[in-house]
Amino acid sequence: MAYSEKVIDHYQNPRNVGSFGASNDVKERKDVGVGIVGAPECGDVMQLQIKVGDDGVIEDAKFKCFGCGSAIASSSLATEWIKGKSVDEALEIKNTRIVEELSLPPVKIHCSVLAEDSIRTAIEDYKRKNGQPVAADAGHGHAH
Amino acid sequence: MNLPIYMDNASTTRTDPRVVEAMLPYFTEIYGNSASRNHAFGWGAEAGVDRAREQAASLIGAGPKEIVWTSGATESNNLAIKGAAQMYAKAPMGSEGRGHIITCIIEHKAVLDPCKRLEREGFDVTYLDPGSDGIVTADLVRAAIREDTILVSIMWANNEIGTINDISSIGAVCREHGIVFHTDATQWVGKMPTDVERDNVDLLSWSGHKIYGPGGVGALYVRRRRPRVRLQAMIDGGGHERGMRSGTLNVPGIVGFGAACEICENEMESERERLLALRLKLENELKGLMDVVEVNGHSERRLPHLTNISFGFVEGESLMMGIKDIACSSGSACTSASLEPSYVLKGLGLGDELAHSSLRLSLGRWSTEEEVDFAIKAIHEAVEHLRALSPLYDLHNEGIDITKIVWQSH
Repeated sequence: MAYSEKVIDHYQNPRNVGSFGASNDVKERKDVGVGIVGAPECGDVMQLQIKVGDDGVIEDAKFKCFGCGSAIASSSLATEWIKGKSVDEALEIKNTRIVEELSLPPVKIHCSVLAEDSIRTAIEDYKRKNGQPVAADAGHGHAH
Repeated sequence: MNLPIYMDNASTTRTDPRVVEAMLPYFTEIYGNSASRNHAFGWGAEAGVDRAREQAASLIGAGPKEIVWTSGATESNNLAIKGAAQMYAKAPMGSEGRGHIITCIIEHKAVLDPCKRLEREGFDVTYLDPGSDGIVTADLVRAAIREDTILVSIMWANNEIGTINDISSIGAVCREHGIVFHTDATQWVGKMPTDVERDNVDLLSWSGHKIYGPGGVGALYVRRRRPRVRLQAMIDGGGHERGMRSGTLNVPGIVGFGAACEICENEMESERERLLALRLKLENELKGLMDVVEVNGHSERRLPHLTNISFGFVEGESLMMGIKDIACSSGSACTSASLEPSYVLKGLGLGDELAHSSLRLSLGRWSTEEEVDFAIKAIHEAVEHLRALSPLYDLHNEGIDITKIVWQSH
């Protein structure tokens, strides 16, 4: 499969790799939201962590990803896009924008969906920790 | 050393230049139809085909009259399995079945799909599960035999993991029960010594392009004596190949197939040893450099030139992307709609996370130690790069068993 230059760039030079601490420690931190989506048996697991300031702005974001090059690029790109945005602005990011930016082929659209899910899951985790209402507790569905 | 390097010889091989040389006159000089009995062009072509038949037969310990030319191993498998099933179909007393066939869950699709078609046509098929080492034994086959079993089809060596089945003993069990025994030997013949008499094989498929010969040509060995095996033809026409496979013969391809067989027969022993040393180096050094590196399938009963290795916590397709200068295959099929990893690796009972993390590397006649060293370094770097990104590797290092986590599947 031929990858776009942007996918290759994110694969070779992933942005914002890492985490804000071991998985048990970040669970306790109210300023950090964690989203882990996907499953090993599907071949993709994305972990997105956001660090949110008192003003509700995402100060920093870190990711880790087990998945194909397109999944790595989608999550790397997501961290770039959400940094500096308020949590509500970050929720506006749709997977279709990731597809366009990375020129993902149809078989890789699920990678962008996972990235969108990881953003929402991380923000919901942050909101729950801080006693804020979460819109989509009822679950969600995607066609992919 | 030229890049990229080729480590996908189990998919196809480079045609040996000596084979190409042997073929060339049959395009432009000796271009007759081998079935033309009335002129020198036909006689020349027929002589080329006859010589190739002897070369092919010699490689597997058969007689030249027992070779049927086909378009490749897929056609050979189809002809063997469907042709034998149709010929030997039988129903036990009071049953409406047409007979029972035994094969294995990790066979090539070119065996499994003909078996599935026969199931739709009223045959019963048992798919043996070889367990985690991937080896089909004679005991497994014996336990599955029924009164109405008419055919057993078990590959000699597996195309994805290189494991070698107990063909000689399976053949003996089939002979004892009067059951026709077919083996898809595509990955085996030409690489390892083969003797259809000693190993009790009735039908054997192989292909030109896996043995440094041309693509588009294959052969099926069909036993003629003790016992004579008969097949119903799949392709009808001019009655070529003793009626079992009609169609004007691909003379240059067949000549190339024969030449490739002869070279394999002459060079097999030294090539085996050389490739085994290279493969062991590849496996051992990769295992020494990193943790959670698993060679899939039985540790010893395997082809010398092929290895299938899982690198825990990295996904196969991204690993391939990191080693773009190495041409090889991944056990992961992330591009398919199903997102399913290889059915062969899953058939071994491998966990999904390891089945998604595998590479198949297959060495060949032109593989060098320098290439193996390059591959070791490139794979090591790519795995380290991806593990630095892998949330699963972090969990592993924190002592968490990722198979015990409830994942949010999508």
